[in-house]
Amino acid sequence: MNTAQEASRLSFFQAAWVVARRDFKAILFSRAFFFFLLGPLFPVIVGALAGGIGGQVQREAVSNTIAVVMSEEDNAAMLEARSSAQESIGGFPKIVALGAGEEPLDARSLLAATDYAVVVSGTPEAPVLTGTEAQMKRLDGPVTLLAAVAAGNAPSNYPKVTKNALATTAAAAKSDRIRTAQAGQLLLFLLMMLLAGMVLSNLVEEKANKVIEVLAAAIPMDSVFFGKLFAMLGVSFVGIAVWAGFGGIIGALAGEALPELPEPALGWPLFILLGVAYFSMGYLLLGSLFLTIGGMATTVREVQTLSMPVTMAQLLVFFLAAFAMTNPGSPLELFAAIFPLSSPFAMLARAAQSGELWPHLLALAWQALCVAIFIKAGATLFRRRVMKSGKGGRGKKGRLAPPSLTNRDNVASVQSLASEAH
Amino acid sequence: MSRNEHHYNSDLAIEARGLVKRFDDTLAVDGVDISVPAGAIYGILGPNGAGKTTTLRMLLGIIDPDEGVRRVFGHDRPHEIAKWIGYLPEERGLYPAMKCDEAIAFMGALRGLPLDEGRKRGRELLEGHGMGHAIDRQIRQLSKGMAQTVQLLGTLVHRPKLVVLDEPFSGLDAINQGKLEVMIRELARNGTTVIFSTHVIHHAERLCNDVAIIAGGKVPYAGSVDAARDRIPAQVRLETRNADGEWRSALPADARHDAKEGGGHFWYFPIPDGGIEALLKRLIDGEAGILSLSIERAGLHDAFVEIAGAAAARALEAEEDR
Repeated sequence: MNTAQEASRLSFFQAAWVVARRDFKAILFSRAFFFFLLGPLFPVIVGALAGGIGGQVQREAVSNTIAVVMSEEDNAAMLEARSSAQESIGGFPKIVALGAGEEPLDARSLLAATDYAVVVSGTPEAPVLTGTEAQMKRLDGPVTLLAAVAAGNAPSNYPKVTKNALATTAAAAKSDRIRTAQAGQLLLFLLMMLLAGMVLSNLVEEKANKVIEVLAAAIPMDSVFFGKLFAMLGVSFVGIAVWAGFGGIIGALAGEALPELPEPALGWPLFILLGVAYFSMGYLLLGSLFLTIGGMATTVREVQTLSMPVTMAQLLVFFLAAFAMTNPGSPLELFAAIFPLSSPFAMLARAAQSGELWPHLLALAWQALCVAIFIKAGATLFRRRVMKSGKGGRGKKGRLAPPSLTNRDNVASVQSLASEAH
Repeated sequence: MSRNEHHYNSDLAIEARGLVKRFDDTLAVDGVDISVPAGAIYGILGPNGAGKTTTLRMLLGIIDPDEGVRRVFGHDRPHEIAKWIGYLPEERGLYPAMKCDEAIAFMGALRGLPLDEGRKRGRELLEGHGMGHAIDRQIRQLSKGMAQTVQLLGTLVHRPKLVVLDEPFSGLDAINQGKLEVMIRELARNGTTVIFSTHVIHHAERLCNDVAIIAGGKVPYAGSVDAARDRIPAQVRLETRNADGEWRSALPADARHDAKEGGGHFWYFPIPDGGIEALLKRLIDGEAGILSLSIERAGLHDAFVEIAGAAAARALEAEEDR
């Protein structure tokens, strides 16, 4: 292509940018988008309130009991200390005194087999606290105070509490990380369900307003698709930012009521970064499919009819990825990682479970390639199926009238004109 | 330079040879040949469903032909020279929430015009066309005619070398149709090639140098308006006070056979072989009661009806044979 030709048209990305800029502004500053943003906040607020209440109940009913395993004398002192502290201050966790057996105490086994939050052993002068980091952090203060009262040193002298964090085995960590993987997948799925559906009706506006032909005449349809998808992705990020902002506020208010997730294998910063990348890829993959399917529809009603099978298909893909996650390295998990639509879900689960980075780079490259293929195929199909005819030759539902009808009509109308003229 | 550009005729804005387009089992366009001289006002005429829009879409690269070649200013991929082309589709379309100047600027931006420049030119164009009061109005607040004007201005805002208008007169009242004709002439005066499709022949007759008639997906005629009119022989138009038609016996046999009453006191018949002077003498001798007599040249409308009707009938026969 020579320079004159290059100057005679917009590049692919310039053309996509023109479309994306218009769409982004039009959607962002519409009243409909404002209400769309508000929608998910209601269940989030209700969920947070319910979660907060549930968390409080859980803390009080299950995790707020301390097991004390000291000598008989010290156990009694600790129980008495708790009783007097509860009377004068209140709000102390329950304690259960267990007799120290002849065998040395295995705090880990005890905690695994019971619902105790932590185990306190040793003596009131030198207590040993055993439990998870989170529980120890939460109960360190009350235990120190009770030990000081039991030893008769309070309030002037507090004992130093030896902390014995539970050692976590590799297998246990992996098992824990499944929760992070599940949470990541679920969040990804919910966001995609909420946001990708917007793309379904995106081209209907252009078709209803008859703008599509103006676009198709000026720039390649691939650029139209690309621009529209990125505009919707941009709008989605705005939505996510708003929801995350509200989520942050609710999180700050709810504090420890929110569940803590085990750190993913790749660490939180990289996991979040990959989450953003996989959301983008998943959105673009699903969006390009939705755009193509929605482009075939002629009315909003048709789009609504189409949305049900599309939603069911989304669910299937999610279930595939969720099921595959439980068997890392299995053929099913590999399939879920390769199949373009489940790949973002499967790979996000991997990011939680496995510390290897290179599969993610490979997966992102593969997903980007699939996005390009999907957009190209969608744009080609759209041009072939939708840009068919003008007003005159169009039959029902955007298709041409049969040739016999067209020609007979023409002959009849032209012959009647001819007879009038002569 | 592409393979096809070697044979580019720089006098032509558009050159299409053997364009064929099928949609499923329907043959929408069947071997269309069109040559549009640069700087011309060119009309594409045809009844509804003849294949005009499909042909224009192929010429502009909105859809690709199944067979044949098309070149726009020597380029076989029209999108490569999108900045040189302006297109007003038959089905007008603008975003309803956009303001008028933004809509024009957006259409310019699609053709490579920077947005700020597009807005500036858009305001100038709107003011120049008596729509200065509507600059900040949303498209949804405009009448159909005004919205159509905005779209037309958006088609022209980037100052294209080729303007393609699909049924531009449809939906406009007589005053706006007149304004559009003036605008088209103005564009051509400035060297812009204008192609428009229409099934209202009078516009083409008034504006075009050349036309192509499309019927049944084929082009039975492409050439000058004058040559199209000459395909139908001129007729004699006689106004007579003798309504009984007895005077017809004075006509030569060839003219008598084809004489038709045109309503009132008017009669039409072909110019006889002997010429006008001999005819006049025979009519006077035969006491035809002449009130007036004139030679009427066929209009483009008559030529169109003749050509398109015959082509459509042929297409129907061919289909029935199949």
